[in-house]
Parts: sequence; C-alpha cells; structure tokens
Amino acid sequence: MALGIRAARARSRLRTSSTRAVFAVGAVALAVTVAACGNGGSSGSGSASGAGAKDGFTQAAQTSGPLTVWVDSTRVPAAQAYQKAHPDVKLNIVTYDGDANGSNTLQTKVSLYDRTGSGWPDVVFSAENNEIAWAQPAGFTAPLNKGLIPDSVLNNFSSGALAPCMVDGTVYCLRNDLAPTMLWYNAPLMKQWGYQVPTTWPQYQQLGEEVAKQHPGYIVGAAGDTFTPEIFMWASQCQANGITGIRSVTVNVTTSECQRMGSLLDTLLADKSMSKLSAFSSAFDKQEKGKVLMLPGPVWFAGSVFDSASGLNTPKGQMAAAPMPQWPGTTPPSTGNVGGGLWLLSAHSAHLAAAVNFIEWVTTNNAYQADLAPGLPAYAPAASAWLANQQKSGYFANNIVPVVQQVAGQVWQGWGYGKFSQEAIWASTMTPGITAGKAIVSMLPSWQTAITNYATAAGYQVSH
Amino acid sequence: MTPASTGPARARARRAPWRVVRAGHAFTAGYVILLAAFGVVPVVYGIYFAFTNADNYFAGLSNFTAAARDFRYLPSLEHIGIYLAIWLAALVVLVTALALVLHQLPVWRLSGLVRFVYYIPGALAGVASVMVWLFMLDPTVSPAASFLHLLGYNTFGQVIAPGHLSILFAMIAFWTGAGGWIVVMYGALNNIPLDVMEAARIDGAGAWRIARYIQIPMLRKWIVYMVILAFAAGAQLFVEPQLVSEASLGVAGRDYSPNQLAYDFAFQNNNVNVAAAISVELLVVCLVVAGVFVARSRFFDAN
Repeated sequence: MALGIRAARARSRLRTSSTRAVFAVGAVALAVTVAACGNGGSSGSGSASGAGAKDGFTQAAQTSGPLTVWVDSTRVPAAQAYQKAHPDVKLNIVTYDGDANGSNTLQTKVSLYDRTGSGWPDVVFSAENNEIAWAQPAGFTAPLNKGLIPDSVLNNFSSGALAPCMVDGTVYCLRNDLAPTMLWYNAPLMKQWGYQVPTTWPQYQQLGEEVAKQHPGYIVGAAGDTFTPEIFMWASQCQANGITGIRSVTVNVTTSECQRMGSLLDTLLADKSMSKLSAFSSAFDKQEKGKVLMLPGPVWFAGSVFDSASGLNTPKGQMAAAPMPQWPGTTPPSTGNVGGGLWLLSAHSAHLAAAVNFIEWVTTNNAYQADLAPGLPAYAPAASAWLANQQKSGYFANNIVPVVQQVAGQVWQGWGYGKFSQEAIWASTMTPGITAGKAIVSMLPSWQTAITNYATAAGYQVSH
Repeated sequence: MTPASTGPARARARRAPWRVVRAGHAFTAGYVILLAAFGVVPVVYGIYFAFTNADNYFAGLSNFTAAARDFRYLPSLEHIGIYLAIWLAALVVLVTALALVLHQLPVWRLSGLVRFVYYIPGALAGVASVMVWLFMLDPTVSPAASFLHLLGYNTFGQVIAPGHLSILFAMIAFWTGAGGWIVVMYGALNNIPLDVMEAARIDGAGAWRIARYIQIPMLRKWIVYMVILAFAAGAQLFVEPQLVSEASLGVAGRDYSPNQLAYDFAFQNNNVNVAAAISVELLVVCLVVAGVFVARSRFFDAN
C-alpha cells in the first residue's frame, strides 16, 4: 500500500517536471518582453528633487534622519567617541570588514547601491588606502576642499598624508592615520644578548642568521602577511606599484631593488628566524609569544600586535622602535607604509552637514585621535598629542617620538595607490609559495605576471 | 440505462477531475510564481545582460570573448572541472554505498538515528557549515588538530595549499550535501517491492548480489537525478572558495571558480555584462549535461 503511494508520487513528480519545462519556456518568452521593456526606463539613478551643484558636486536633497557610518571593528571606538561628544546626533553605526586585505566589500556594496539608487552610507572608514582609485570615478566620494571642509583644517594634515585622497588637486577623503614602517625590537633581549640594533639591511640579515644559530625559535621578522610586500619590498624601493597616472602603472619587480630584498627574506626564511606566519594569525600569537626579537612593521603594530590582549600581549618596557634599516648608498633613506585608513564622505549623502561634522571630528579631535586611536594620526596637531600620550604611557623601552617623526617623512613615493590590491595579489601569488618553502627570488617573475594581469584587468596600461 | 440517468452521471464525472485539477493548480501556483520570480526572470535578465553592453546596445558575443580572454578564465574552468570530478564520483559511490548500508541496518531505531545524523549538516545553512570547516582545517583550533599534524600540516596556510583546494571543497560539499541524498536514496530503496527482494533471497542472493543486481539498477533514476542536481549545484561553486579566501586573507580561493570570476567582474570591474556572460555559460553547460543524462538514462520513461 505505502509502496504504491510512494511510486505514484514519484511518477507524478516526473510528470510535473516536464510540464514545468513547458511552462518555463512560455514564462521565458513573457519575461523577455517584460525585461526588455523594463530596462529602457530604469537607467540613471534618480537624484532627488531640489538638488543642486554646491561645494563642487551635485548634492542630494538634504533631509533629517540618522547618520549612517560604516567602520571596521578597530574604528568602532571612534564612532562611539563621537556619539559621546554629540549626544543629540542620531548615529547608525554599521561594522564591516573595513575593506581590509583587498576584500572589496565597500566597492561591491556601493556598486549595488548605485544600481538601486539608494542605500549608500553617509561616512565610511576604509583600511585600504587605494580606495579613491575606484570611488572617485564611481562618483561615490564627495570633494572635500571645494567648500565642505576649510583649508585651515586640511592644511594641518601632515605633509603627504592626503596623497591617497588626491585626484587632480581635489581632496576626496581624509586620512585617518599614517602607517610608515619601522623596526620594532625587544630592547632588554637585544641588550642581554649583546646585539646592536641594525641600521642597514645587510646588518639585519647577519643578525637574523646569528639569531637562528644562537637562539633558535626567536624571530627577527614575519613574512606571512598580505602586506609583507609593503613592509619589505616598498622599503627596498622595489617597483611593483609605480602608479604613473590615473590608469597607468609601471611594474618591474625583477630589478636589483626587488632581488636584494627577496634574497634577504629567502635566507632568513630558510634559517627560520623569519616567520612564515601572518602576524595576525592565531598560530603566530601561540608560537611567537615572547619570541619576537625584532619585527619590521608599521607604527600601528604597537597597539595592534604588541600591546594588545588579542595579539602578542607583550609586557611593558620591552618594545622599542628604531628607523627602518637601509640598503647602503640609499639616499634619501626610504621606508614602506602599510595602510593608514581613510574616511570617505558619500556624495549621495542626504545629511551632509552632520556627515562633514563627523568626518572632521574623528580625524582631528584629540578625544579620539590622541586618546583612543591605535595608530599615528594623520592630522599633525593630533599626532603630536598622540605621540606624547604614547610616551607618557610608559609602554615603550625607548623614546619612540623622534623615530616615528623620522620615518613618517621617509615613505618612498615610488609606490602608488592603484585600483587593484597589491595585498590581494601578493597573498594569492606569493604567500602559498612562501608557505611551501619556495624562494621568493624564484617567484618574482610570476609576481610580475600576476600584477600585470590584475592591473590590466582593472583597466590599467602596464609598462615594464 | 436511460439517457436521463447518464446525463448527471457524466456531468459528475467531468466535474470531479476539474476539482482535482483546480487543487493541483493551487498547489503548484506558489511554486510557479517563485520559479518565475527567482528562476526564470533572473535568467532572462542575465541573458539580456550577456548579449548587451554597458549602454544597453546589442553586443554580440563580445562579452563572451572578453570573459574567455581574461587570465583567470581557463584556470577557473580547470578548477571547477577537477572539483566536479572528485565531488560527483564521491557522491555517487559513497551516497549509494551508505544508503545501502543504512538500509541493511537491522534495528529500526538505530537506522532512524543514523539518518538523522547524516541529515544534520545539510540542515545547517550553507555559510554556517563552511564556517565549521574553516575551524576544522585550522590546526591551531581544529578538533582534528592531531590528525592534521599527523599529515604534516601545522598551519592553516599549509592545509589550504593551492593543490589541496579541489579536494577540500569536495569534502565540504559532501559533508553539507550528501546527508540529504542519503535519506532520499534510503527512501528509494524502501520503494523497491519486497517480493522482488524476497525472490532474490530465495534464489540464494546475498546482500552484495541483491545490491548489485536489484537495488542499484532500481536506484538508477535516483542516481541520475542526484547527479543532475549535484552537477548544477557544483558548477555554481561559490560560497566555499569565497569564505576560504576571506578566512585566509586572500591566500587561497580567490578567483577559484567561474562564479567567483563572474562576481569579480560584476563588482570589482563593474562589468555586469561579462559577469552575465559567464553565468549564461554555466547555465548552458548545466542544461546540456542535464539533457545528456536525461536522454541517456531514459529518465522520463514511465517504466
């Protein structure tokens, strides 16, 4: 009995699927007409009535309502600090991945909002400093130096800090923090073992080889992060990201500038005094806790890797900072840069006054930038206050203020801000090879090919 | 029999099927509406995009050639091919085998429990079940860490080396998707008339011979049905590589599958038309494969 019912059910199921197919064909024909008719009228995202050109762009009709702010988890305190200082402003704080590591979340969402014609956040924080390369052509970011933010404020940003925000002399974002790379080291340990802080890369390599022999297990650096090329290759003046125009880039990573750093990394990786792990992986926290003798990295490693309960949790009085080592004969000295976030103001915002107030406050006000921010503020007055606070905290084993000020002016300008993510390219092309023990030097040609491919796909003219 | 008595009887006979038909329409209407809204209309919209350019002009095959010329296109096809081969083979062999074993379980309660256990992973939402695997595959947090260490993998990066991805994604897909199919196959096995089995047993056939000569041939249509749907689902692989890519910060799984490539075209290059072209290609491949399987297996034959 039951068997019979099951069989009948199975048969009718088959029958319906053939009817379904017939119906589908009819529906297809119908929908073609619908889609064809519908598409003609839907182009062009409707700008609200009453809108007009002001402050250098066409503004949406202004309404009241909550200010929508997108931040990564690290920047939530910034939004909260603003809320505390402005209790009557209605804030809608949305946490997202901050676009870190080339995830492209922001661009994906914005292109969807562009299609639907609504939904854009008013203010966005991004951890990627190449954001403007797509956001400006897409019309997402509002120009800030055409009336929205006074020059007196903009001029107070550190020199070069707004470079990732500039397109043809117009400022399209505010820089949150500066992220020059430097050499972090464990001062008591260096002293105890009688090591000198290296000032040149050959000295650094030699020290790394000695550490491998004399104190196996300790590391002098890490090369497993997506931003590894920005720490090492950028500092070595390797021409991986020579953005020369709005859609042109020069890529040449087989030069001696790239080779010398590649072979340094290869030597230390083989010696195991250079970790293959990401400084942000749980494996790193587990294996390298208390084993970091030196770690070249950005200024924000202080708060995000060392003095961080979720990181290495290094105790007070150990970490000290030195300028990045140099290759002999490099003048002026050069260093790299890892991120340093941006604040973008949506050109579609219907709450411009509130949005401008927010973006100006979070980038310039000491209540966030000097007291809470984990990285060196891009706004010079806040930077001085932040540095003073860092020193006052007594966390560091030396005075990091002059070091930070020195490296902030040393970032090599030959590495630009393109639309494609250098971090994503390095991660998928080089990191698996490094993990598998392949030499970086041997992989430079494939890195070259990968950058060329991704840049071309993003619409860049690539020259070598 | 007078004409007067046949009239109403005939009318009644005619009315009864109509009521049945109406109920049938009501039952299928919901499905048809959803199919149109989320199946047919998007497909047609996609086809429209695939053959037009950004300005809504007819573009011929230019979107298809642009996709084929992209440096990620051929590798993604290669990836999906290897992945599908592993996954479909595993699905056919293991699901059939497990369903047969399940059907042999002597205790009804045990069988019910095992079916439930098989089905649990499938009940998790797709993304959640992939998240489970992200933890499983990271030796620092994995409950199977000792097994991973035994294989020589000490970091997440070593586990997700490029050569491992096809197998890993097939494992994840099997874990999330096979349970439902095992239950379906089990149902189909129950559908095999007992007298046929009984006759075979009397003729001296053991469990193995019954499976080989009676159960598997009678399951054939269900296996074909499973392969068609699994092929369509597998060819659209997206969540697994995308999440692995996010979790590994882009080290593995970026641009792995054609669907991811379409996603990149749509949202990184802002080129919906090429994205649609790739999607249409996937649709055509799935339709052709389904057609071949249906034709070769005489899927719609009543007997």
